[in-house]
Amino acid sequence: MANFDVIVVGGGPGGYVCAIRAAQLGLNTAVVERDKLGGVCVNVGCIPSKALLHSAYVANLVRHDAKDFGVEPGTVTLNFGTAIKHSRRVSEQNSKGVEFLMKKHKVTVIKGEGVLAAGRKVKVGNETHAAAKAVVLATGTRVKGIPQIGLEINQTTVISSDEALFLETVPKTLAIVGAGAVGTEFADIFSAFGTKVTLIEVLPRMLPIEDAESSATIARVFKKRGIDVLAGVKVKAATVGKNGVILELEVGGNAQKLEVEKVLMAAGRALNTQNVGLEAAGVTLDERGFVKVDQHLRTTAEGVYCIGDIAGPPMLAHKGSREGVHVAEVIAGQKPHPIRYDNIPSVTYCHPEVASIGLTEDQCKEQKLEYVVGRFNLSANGRARAANETEGFVKIIRDQKYGEILGAHIVASHASEMIHELAVARENEYTVEEIELAVHAHPTLSEAVAEAALDAMGRVIHG
Amino acid sequence: MATKVLMEALSPTMTEGKVMKWLKHEGDQVHAGDTLAEVETDKAIMELSARGDGVLRQVVVPEGSTVEVGKLVAVIARPEEDISGIAAATGGQKPRPQPAEPKSPEPAEAPAAEAPGHRDTAARQLAPKAPPDTPKPEKPQPEPQRPVQPGERIKASPLARKVARDRGVDLAVMSGTGPGGRIVKRDLEGATAAPLTTHPSAPLRAGHAPRTAPGAVRDVPLSQIRKTIAKRLVQSLAPIPHFFLTSEIDMERAWDAREALNALGDEQRISFNDIVVKAVALALVQHPECNAWWQDDHIRYFSDVHLGMAVAVEEGLITPVIRNAEAKSLREIAIESRDLVERARARKLKPEEYTGSTFSVSNLGMFDIEQFTAVINPPEAGILAVGTMAPRPVAHDGELVLRRRMRVTMSCDHRVIDGATGARFLQTLKRMLENPLAMVW
Repeated sequence: MANFDVIVVGGGPGGYVCAIRAAQLGLNTAVVERDKLGGVCVNVGCIPSKALLHSAYVANLVRHDAKDFGVEPGTVTLNFGTAIKHSRRVSEQNSKGVEFLMKKHKVTVIKGEGVLAAGRKVKVGNETHAAAKAVVLATGTRVKGIPQIGLEINQTTVISSDEALFLETVPKTLAIVGAGAVGTEFADIFSAFGTKVTLIEVLPRMLPIEDAESSATIARVFKKRGIDVLAGVKVKAATVGKNGVILELEVGGNAQKLEVEKVLMAAGRALNTQNVGLEAAGVTLDERGFVKVDQHLRTTAEGVYCIGDIAGPPMLAHKGSREGVHVAEVIAGQKPHPIRYDNIPSVTYCHPEVASIGLTEDQCKEQKLEYVVGRFNLSANGRARAANETEGFVKIIRDQKYGEILGAHIVASHASEMIHELAVARENEYTVEEIELAVHAHPTLSEAVAEAALDAMGRVIHG
Repeated sequence: MATKVLMEALSPTMTEGKVMKWLKHEGDQVHAGDTLAEVETDKAIMELSARGDGVLRQVVVPEGSTVEVGKLVAVIARPEEDISGIAAATGGQKPRPQPAEPKSPEPAEAPAAEAPGHRDTAARQLAPKAPPDTPKPEKPQPEPQRPVQPGERIKASPLARKVARDRGVDLAVMSGTGPGGRIVKRDLEGATAAPLTTHPSAPLRAGHAPRTAPGAVRDVPLSQIRKTIAKRLVQSLAPIPHFFLTSEIDMERAWDAREALNALGDEQRISFNDIVVKAVALALVQHPECNAWWQDDHIRYFSDVHLGMAVAVEEGLITPVIRNAEAKSLREIAIESRDLVERARARKLKPEEYTGSTFSVSNLGMFDIEQFTAVINPPEAGILAVGTMAPRPVAHDGELVLRRRMRVTMSCDHRVIDGATGARFLQTLKRMLENPLAMVW
């Protein structure tokens, strides 16, 4: 039995960041991980999928756009296996990087499944470890299928992202169930490598949590690329065979059949809240199944904190990491700046990328806010034209009276990099005026942000 | 999982609050949202609500005591929970006791023991040393910041500055809850979000007691409203280059007009003050150069007239605002001002109902004051002091006759309004009141 100040259960982006911050604050910290450090994010999530998305980008660039730029590549051969190898290499590097960080910060890594016990104790195998100050629960989520309609993940014809990230070859046809960020990104990847993709979303539009204009733009781009986007469509049942799946769909009240080689499940994730000793430790769940936490992420058990996916939405790595830092600081007796859950950027890394922060225009309408929309299309941006990436826009929703930035939505090749200007602005309560006052370098995509801010004030220059 | 109950900023200008009455007592079960206590802010009596569930375990601040915003006033926790660390961790700060009894001038009673310096030092020494496992407060905990001293840079977000400018809130007297005590939008919103309580001003006489011995002195603690008045007025008279213009107005025709209107039999009677308010609003539309705010590096002129109306209340005065008075009918003004005055006296005004005025009127006519000068309510550039209406001998059509006359005195901020500018405004006002039909012309 070893004693620590803090034990973090789960070494994903929430847990390992929490451990580093706790160690920085002088706490003797251990992190328990059953698999590889870095969790889903580093190993079977954010990082490897970004590597594949880059492969997809290069594939589309070389096949379609290169000749416009004066580069004629001749016959192009696509090798998905090599793309997967590259993505695995990136994942491994990152996981090693996390291991190195643990050593650097003198965080003890305990391999195995961590199970909570009463009184700030964690059992790993036969060992019990005690935490003098706090236990932090960061066990995350895993993929899930929909067994009720016959779509249980069988790892061959019905797969999840866990399998998709290791395929040697691409299927000829693929149905993706769920058109949120994960489904949309995989549609982009597989379509670029030659798969005929059908993207199915039960809600009325793809990327349902994004602004309706962002959804519409990506749907249009995807259709142009030959991806079938079926929104407002329900999968009623599935017949899973050895070499394929037949999906029964309900499209606008009509039954339809879709036969595909594989189905990729990308609708929701299962919470890792079973078999982690919640009951023994006195940790209770809320009515939606998330661990019940207060504003400082304290659970119902004294000295037990919870962060990341299982502490509630949004299920995003960067949200989990921030919670990890917050909790470490609370444990160390500091008073961290409260987390602003309404100011967490959301990004989908398809091409072009979709990024957003704050309210959508529909939400502004629902809340009866008085707002003005500032918009700038990339077709008028020099840098975007230079790269033939003119599909997209920057949309800033400002409060009519004071210019407060209520929400911002970007569709652009590098939207993920552009959104942070607006995140900083919102965190510090800058208004559209302050955005525009800062000189933006020319020529950049970020000029479109400044122009959208100007448009919100009724004085756009290039629009 | 104890919840610290802290003194909250219940109005935009509130820096401290006085616990008037505990509605929950030690041992009572409380739920988030329950009203725990009534708190006297600088302008009104507001409710302090619970931010967590549990039992009210400890009342730290007794009734009648004043504490700064952000200080601990009570602790909510589970019945068996150990809360002994909480009061100590918060700094053991003591509320300032209010002298309930008249103090006799005994030297031993000198207030040195409670000198603010002493208290603050004690609080600072203890405050940061909270043990790491002390439960943290439920609410994002601002370090209570002292209001900004003159000449110091005010830390506020651009959005908060815009909101404050729009509402006429003085950021210098506010405390911020953002990083490093920065004033953020939330700090300006807290005021309107808090529910107002209906509360007659009954407990306000706490400090009053009969004289006991000849020559005895009586130390009356400053009520929050009195402190605000003091702070605001020093901000006014000292730095503002005031000048004054007086004009005597013939009110015979206004008298006739009022008689005629009230003879219509409407339930809503019109007062002379209503007529003056309406005339001032219309005159300001014609002279927007007087309907302005001094903003240090610029002057803001308004096209709308939001007229502040000084109202005497038990403990001092407050200026509720008739918004867009220029666009309202005399009858609307009468109804609204009656309502505002009543609620001002009951101390039920919401913060947005007494802030944001662009010009003010103060009327002491009912006290038979012939004329007086009023102190400008910054950042406004002017205020009109209205005296009593009385029959005075004047030359009229070549004859000496008695006519109803009323004197008004305008206080002007010379940085905004020059002598002739103010005089022209008064001329228009006089013309309107002497010929009320001009108001509908």
